Amino acid sequence: MEAVFLSFILMLSIFLGFELISKVPATLHTPLMSGANAISGITVLGALIAAGQDHAAAATWLGAVAVMFATINVVGGYMVTDRMLGMFKKKDKGGAA
Amino acid sequence: MTLSPVFINFTYIISAILFIYGLKMLGHPDTARRGNLLSAIGMFIAVVVTLFAHEIVRFEYIVAGMLAGAIIGALAARMVAMTSMPEMVALFNGSGGAASLLVGWAVLYDELRPTVGVADGVLQTAVADASTFTLVTVMLSILIGGVTASGSVIAYAKLAEKMNSAAIVFSGQRIVNSLILLGIVVSAVMFTLDPAIGSMWFWMLLGLALLLGVMAVIPIGGADMPVVISLLNSYSGLAACAAGFAIGNNLLIVAGSTVGAAGMILTSIMCKAMNRSLANVLFSGFGAAKQASKVEGEAKPINVDDAYLILESASSVVFVPGYGMAVAQAQHVVRELGELLEKNGCEVNFAIHPVAGRMPGHMNVLLAEANVPYEQLVEMDDINPRLPNTDVAIVIGANDVVNPAAREDENSPIYGMPIINVDHARTVFVLKRSMGSGFSGVDNPLFFGENTRMLFGDAKQSISGLVAAFKG
Repeated sequence: MEAVFLSFILMLSIFLGFELISKVPATLHTPLMSGANAISGITVLGALIAAGQDHAAAATWLGAVAVMFATINVVGGYMVTDRMLGMFKKKDKGGAA
Repeated sequence: MTLSPVFINFTYIISAILFIYGLKMLGHPDTARRGNLLSAIGMFIAVVVTLFAHEIVRFEYIVAGMLAGAIIGALAARMVAMTSMPEMVALFNGSGGAASLLVGWAVLYDELRPTVGVADGVLQTAVADASTFTLVTVMLSILIGGVTASGSVIAYAKLAEKMNSAAIVFSGQRIVNSLILLGIVVSAVMFTLDPAIGSMWFWMLLGLALLLGVMAVIPIGGADMPVVISLLNSYSGLAACAAGFAIGNNLLIVAGSTVGAAGMILTSIMCKAMNRSLANVLFSGFGAAKQASKVEGEAKPINVDDAYLILESASSVVFVPGYGMAVAQAQHVVRELGELLEKNGCEVNFAIHPVAGRMPGHMNVLLAEANVPYEQLVEMDDINPRLPNTDVAIVIGANDVVNPAAREDENSPIYGMPIINVDHARTVFVLKRSMGSGFSGVDNPLFFGENTRMLFGDAKQSISGLVAAFKG
């Protein structure tokens, strides 16, 4: 039953993803991609659980490395997206261009 | 202190809502920055409540991993130059994929942990019984995560020109790839039948997944990179989703598959913009099949002074940037020229082809960095009807995306690809180093057009020359 339930969630989320992105202007494709990429760092939750449990030393080590990679993805992804979006300016600002 | 699973799951719902709203707001320039912030808050909340889950009893590994990751991520995000954004995103994708791979692997240790018990008066060890469903999802996260990780590293190497960015194609490539796929399926089945830590089949699966990522990206040439980057982006989401199935976490599934679907949409937009199917981009090096009709004619060169005279009297100018503008780092002088033209009473726009550059939206980011307001960045379908009434179109480092052969020459390898119709403008300036053809190796009849003038030389120097002329 668990598998069926999770598959339902999967299917609905895929439709949601399609709906959310299909009308984004090309101007924002890069930030959108890196922003979405940061979200895929959500795998950090799994990494935390693996790294924080008290048995199987090998699993904890794998978990710790996974935490590092996922954190790079999350922190780097959000920060770089913010940096890019900070550069998109409207015309009226500062009279430039 | 630990929090109850119910509470944690409710909090995950809030995170999911923040992700979804965040992604939605990323779709409009005015709200994008706040959207990104919302989604970051969602992530923060999810991480914090997870730390209070009852499974987590030790923090030293977590703290070490998070510190290292946060420092590397923050430094990378701060230091990267905007021109290097494609390779940065490739690396972030790769680290997400690697993380999902490792999470899957760690779950395996957990599932196959030997349990010690006493049976029939004898001390025995038995392997915990892992369900087939869990095993399959673990293998999926290792497979997708591995392909994402190694594929991203290759994509990074190509984009950063640490390796040749041309397509690497060899005979028998498809056979090799099919064998790899077959090997993956066989290892996966064998491992499921007899799961054990350190099983040979597990190492086979891991190795082949990494190899597949490499093999998937090497046949893809530089100009097709926007497709690969969006595809890897999609994979990193799907890998997180698979890891979510493996550990039974709803939030990983929701966020991962939403990102996966979003990446797929971008991939298909990129493919449409090149009029090629995804299979064609992924499996064939470019331009081998057809021989385009030879283009003959004489290119008409122009110098900076004459170009200035034409621009000075123009009332509408459209810039068409391509990857060459990024290479020449010309975006800042281009913006300056645009401002001077505007002061001169001229209408200035930037026409951006969806696949210009090395990642989706690459040109937009570069021009935004140079302070070009986003209202001036016009998409292909909006600019094309306006081009016949445009005085001058200035092509900077773009080639295939303005090649009229895509419209007219049925034998051209790029026939059918939507292009920016600069040849419809009254005058076209093409800034180019020499008469070489573009990435696809296709001749460009635009260069020989009646209304085309070639401004040879380094794009940045040519534009600087024009700027100097305007300043008098």
